Amino acid sequence: MARRHSDGPTKTDIDMTPMIDMTFQLITFFVFTLNFSTAVQDDRVQLPMSQLAKPAEGPSVEPITLQLMSDGRVIYAGEPVSLQEIGGYLENEKRVMIASNKEPNSATVIVRADGRSKTGDVQDLIKACQEKGFEKFVLRAQYDESK
Amino acid sequence: MAAKREALSDKIAIDMTPMIDVVFQLITFFMLTLRTVITEGDFDIRMPLGASAGAAAEDQLPPVRVKMTAGPEGERTSLTMNGQPIGDFEELRRRIIDLVGAGPGSAADKAEVELDCDPNLSYDNVIRAVTAVSGQVQPDGTVVELIKKIKFAPPKKK
Repeated sequence: MARRHSDGPTKTDIDMTPMIDMTFQLITFFVFTLNFSTAVQDDRVQLPMSQLAKPAEGPSVEPITLQLMSDGRVIYAGEPVSLQEIGGYLENEKRVMIASNKEPNSATVIVRADGRSKTGDVQDLIKACQEKGFEKFVLRAQYDESK
Repeated sequence: MAAKREALSDKIAIDMTPMIDVVFQLITFFMLTLRTVITEGDFDIRMPLGASAGAAAEDQLPPVRVKMTAGPEGERTSLTMNGQPIGDFEELRRRIIDLVGAGPGSAADKAEVELDCDPNLSYDNVIRAVTAVSGQVQPDGTVVELIKKIKFAPPKKK
């Protein structure tokens, strides 16, 4: 004991093992929860719940996501657009598809409409897409895990 | 020199600092890229361009008309199936099962549902109606599929 004191200030060894263990656990957790999916989700739209809304097996073909907010505006490419103006943006989508030698009716229009929005607005949105030649539509809902 | 070599042979001290630096960088990266994705699913709806131009198959059953009316706040005021009033979506599902049957040999793949909704109706009701007609969740979690072909009636003029 006396000898140790005479050495002057000793270097304290911190045992790093538990910290490194925990850190690697954390890394593993984050690696496994890493999500590369490009699915469009937006907090401004609160999807209706459905027990049957199981995710599809594969990604949709040529997806075009249109999100309808409860006030009747459509989120297109992150910006709110009124229902009357959406036709112009859909025209662009159609031109892009034709330019890359694809028919507009091969695209899938994903309608992410807020549960509180009006059915008439959803139908107007679908109608605007139909006028540009889009034919395949899916209604998106949030999976209800209760029950 | 001799003393130093002696000390080294006792225990080789690995410098942990670079490893911990890198590991913390990794943790930070993964934490910042963490996105909680809510499970979402899709319902297909058939909306061919010509509203009634879609050539009906030979053995196609006449479409089941589900009509919903709405009050001023968008709440559902009535629900009818082929003109008959229905209390709730659970009853609608039972009526659909009575009509087309469930499980193997059912006529569900030949049937079609046409949703006729007031423009003012809250969209939540549409999804609940679509859920009711398109399948039933069994107590063990499996899903019995019912009618898959769903379309909207042409919108009424406001």
